[in-house]
Amino acid sequence: MSNLAISVKDLSKKYGERMAVSHATFEVPMGSVCGFVGPNGSGKTTTMRMLLGLISHTGGTGEVLGSSIDNPEEYLSSVGAMIEGPAFYPALTGSENLKVLATLGGFPIERVQVLLDQVGLGDRSKSKYKTYSLGMKQRLGIAAALLPNPKVLILDEPTNGLDPEGIQEIRALLRNLADAGTTVFVSSHLLSELEIISDYLVMLRKGEVVFSGAIQDLMKQQQPIILVKGSSNEDLKKIVEIGTAAGHHSIIRVDEVHIQASADWAPILNRAAFDAGITLSKLAPTLPNLEETFFEMTGEQK
Amino acid sequence: MIRVIKAELRKLRRPTLFLGTMGAAFFFSGLFTALIYLLIDSPNGNSDRGRRVGRELLALAGGSTYGFATVGSLLGIIALCIFAAQTAQEYTYGTLRNLLVRQSGRIRLLLGKHIAMSMFAIVMVLLSAILSVGTSVALSGRAKVSTDLWFTANGWSSIGHTVLNVSIAVIGFGTIGMALGLLLRSPISAISIGVLWILIIENLLGAVKASTLQWMPGSQLQTISQGGTVDISYSHAMQVGGAYVIAATVVASILFSRRDVAN
Repeated sequence: MSNLAISVKDLSKKYGERMAVSHATFEVPMGSVCGFVGPNGSGKTTTMRMLLGLISHTGGTGEVLGSSIDNPEEYLSSVGAMIEGPAFYPALTGSENLKVLATLGGFPIERVQVLLDQVGLGDRSKSKYKTYSLGMKQRLGIAAALLPNPKVLILDEPTNGLDPEGIQEIRALLRNLADAGTTVFVSSHLLSELEIISDYLVMLRKGEVVFSGAIQDLMKQQQPIILVKGSSNEDLKKIVEIGTAAGHHSIIRVDEVHIQASADWAPILNRAAFDAGITLSKLAPTLPNLEETFFEMTGEQK
Repeated sequence: MIRVIKAELRKLRRPTLFLGTMGAAFFFSGLFTALIYLLIDSPNGNSDRGRRVGRELLALAGGSTYGFATVGSLLGIIALCIFAAQTAQEYTYGTLRNLLVRQSGRIRLLLGKHIAMSMFAIVMVLLSAILSVGTSVALSGRAKVSTDLWFTANGWSSIGHTVLNVSIAVIGFGTIGMALGLLLRSPISAISIGVLWILIIENLLGAVKASTLQWMPGSQLQTISQGGTVDISYSHAMQVGGAYVIAATVVASILFSRRDVAN
């Protein structure tokens, strides 16, 4: 078996005339945490569904744990997944819901309570699913995904609805699983969370992969930026003009200007702003974080 | 396959569903059987569509199951609702994707679900049969119906045949319900269209032109549950009803195995 948990090449999915996923090519190494990011409707969930054999692909190839996605029965017993939020039977308890899946998958029933305890639902295992909060439903979905003791874990927005403490717990859980050898392929809108736990990243935009690889490689490719704040919107516009005039890409994001320039140019900007009568309240040379990089690469507006 | 059946039975045995279904089946079985004996001298009839069933007929070897055979199509409609709801709700709840991740063999999953639901339906039929025959025995004295032949070898054979026929009909109704559930992916739509067709549309068509009932699915399955009627023979009902059930099975299998699971 290769050292790749997931490998897709030119993978495509077409609905009528619309390409939901277009010639996606990426690889996810075994034992890594791979973030899967992209704006809404960029094809993340569709790609995950194809990897799980839930929908057919209209082009390209894909492999999970060395087996073709055309034969999902060959690898699904080693894969855990939660796609597009948790989905369970409302009239059954959390424990019964997991027992249905454990029975279906041939996993030990004793594992159900262990997993419920692990995700913090041990004391609510006998409550009906319909009485769960969104966060509890999400935890149950993660427990279900962990049932097979998976080699590959595919999670679609696992932290939706969780409170900050819950997010931190899931982050730690995913990192621990990866450290123990599980490959985690996870989509999330919380890019700051992904930046902390991910080793690899696959970025989609309108169904196309715009980046795939180690997260450090992505960050290295990024230009340093200077974050600048003035005291008014007028000041921000003038700062953009100064940056643009000096040949640096400058853009207003929320209440500050992002100028693509190295730290060496910061004193020059400071002087120019002073000469223009602008008092800067922030002048911070920095490297862009994942969120900023995401907006840059996907063309999304913050 | 065994795992699929066991997983489905876990869902089917939940108290609200199990007791609710059995309660409905008991109600109809008990009511229809009791009415045959309580209204035995009524000039308006004591069976379905105002027919009169006399003491002589009830005293025959098959008399103990007359009421049960009459209620067979209602048990079938209950089965249709259960099969349709249990199938369609996998789409509405989004649980089908969980099931398919754990069991990617789609035909195996479908067949396992069908077997489990059929087992559930057979339990319903058996319990209803016991209740109906018990009610018949309990009310036979009051109605002055002789039970001498009911528990002879012929009587037991008749009970066995009726239970078998009702079971075949109930599973046939259920299979059509399952196909509707897969086709429409909504429990409410599947149940309402199925019940509307069998209870209302078929009867309306039959009222306009009686011969149409020879070719209607609900009418054939009802005939099977009764072991044949004056208007439709058992073998004809088995052939036509079987064709409908096979068609429903083929449609359900093709849809389920090929359709993307995108919700």
